[in-house]
Amino acid sequence: MYDPTVARLTYRALLGRKRALVLGALPLLLIVISIAVRALTGADDQTAADVLGGLALATMVPIIGVIAGTGAIGPEIDDGSVVYLLSKPLKRPTIIFTKLIVAIAVTMVFSALPTLLAGLILNGNGQQIAVAYTVAALVASIAYAALFLLLGTVSRHAVVFGLVYALVWEALFGSLVPGARTLSVQQWSLAVAHKVAGGDLVTSDVGLTTATTLLVVVTVLATWYAGRKLRTLTLAGEE
Amino acid sequence: MTTLSIDHVSRWFGNVVAVNDITMTIGPGVTGLLGPNGAGKSTLINMMGGFLAPSTGSVTLDGRPVWRNEQIYRQIGIVPEREAMYDFLTGREFVVANAELHGLGDKAARQALATVEMEYAQDRKISTYSKGMRQRVKMASALVHEPSLLLLDEPFNGMDPRQRMQLMDLLRRMGDEGRTVLFSSHILEEVEQLAWHIEVIVAGRHAASGDFRRIRRLMTDRPHRYLVRSSDDRALAAALIADPSTSGIEVDLAEGALRVQAVDFGRFTTLLPRVAREHGIRLLTVSPSDESLESVFSYLVAA
Repeated sequence: MYDPTVARLTYRALLGRKRALVLGALPLLLIVISIAVRALTGADDQTAADVLGGLALATMVPIIGVIAGTGAIGPEIDDGSVVYLLSKPLKRPTIIFTKLIVAIAVTMVFSALPTLLAGLILNGNGQQIAVAYTVAALVASIAYAALFLLLGTVSRHAVVFGLVYALVWEALFGSLVPGARTLSVQQWSLAVAHKVAGGDLVTSDVGLTTATTLLVVVTVLATWYAGRKLRTLTLAGEE
Repeated sequence: MTTLSIDHVSRWFGNVVAVNDITMTIGPGVTGLLGPNGAGKSTLINMMGGFLAPSTGSVTLDGRPVWRNEQIYRQIGIVPEREAMYDFLTGREFVVANAELHGLGDKAARQALATVEMEYAQDRKISTYSKGMRQRVKMASALVHEPSLLLLDEPFNGMDPRQRMQLMDLLRRMGDEGRTVLFSSHILEEVEQLAWHIEVIVAGRHAASGDFRRIRRLMTDRPHRYLVRSSDDRALAAALIADPSTSGIEVDLAEGALRVQAVDFGRFTTLLPRVAREHGIRLLTVSPSDESLESVFSYLVAA
């Protein structure tokens, strides 16, 4: 199911200079803001939860997910170089699964790790807040990577759609329309985080069972469908 | 011995028919797929390579379907027309990756790079390569598993004459070894120099098939049309029509010129200046009016 060569190619494409800069910029910003907040307000659990929930989980994780998930396959399909993968005796689901693993790993490294660091800076993991949000980021990384990998496989405008979903749906609608929150990766991962932290600082609109079920279903379905789409991917000619 | 069979294959995109009911069999040796730009060559090659489903008909390799059959790529090597190819890798890394994806190792990659004579630049990034170097590395990646069928889409595009010759030698060698090699081109001379067998497609239809000499003859034996202006058009017309190499002349008053149709190209080209000299007529314009490749092709379609 996992092909190391496909993984190597994907890592190198994802962590190429330009994309690595974009991937690194947001986590850096989060760390800088955390240092500033800590310096200005001191260690405060509520503030820590606000920064990690509002900035890290609601904004940074989905954006990193978009970049890594769509970037793991979109550019290859766009420029046609995916032909070198497709013209091999490789099962299409193997290609997708491998790229998913890479996208998950990259999203986790560039979003969960900085979240943990920021949490430690903000309140030194008081009330388990840093760990809770890190777990949320890890869980969300998996679902986002799968969703955006599928998007990268089916659409040429994956980054735009991905950002619209991440910013408009997750961040804006999610905070305005209660129903939208049930269908939000962010809320699902918060349900898991709530379980870790306990207390009232980390809350979710969705129950833990519903959340985990939806996380698993979305990830599996997205991956399966991406494999299917890749199998019948039509490479447009030059004509 | 590998045979690629295209059986009543059509492909349309919406209302546009790109490939129209083509049937052909590609056997060992070098076959040229000739046709003007936009004729449907790439669409056909994409179907041969399993990257596009035929709308109707079937493409099979030794009886096995090509579409949705990943295992078929153990036999097929593909050199796509598009340039993009993991530019952030070095040539060697790229070919090694292709070998690994076939379950092969460094040795196969080294051999393939040697075959295309790219060892000298194998440690440079692909982004620094010239068009010809890219083409050769693409070749190496397609040859790494010693495929019995090699598909190349416009492989000579953008190559300089020396690179073109090298690649032709290489493809000839592949054909001599008994591999089935198919390449597409819109340039008659390329195909003529290299292919043992030619398939011509025009506007999505299979226009001609066979030995290049036969096709060449079809192309040169067709009526040639010329636009001629001279100091005495009517006297020239009378003298030309007396010769069997000319099949028709029209005096185009609006243009102030003769429209001459010649059936024997070779004979006509010597006849015209001779007749003009004998009759003391000055030739002002002699221009072939249908020399474009498209008109050659459309003649073939009608033939």
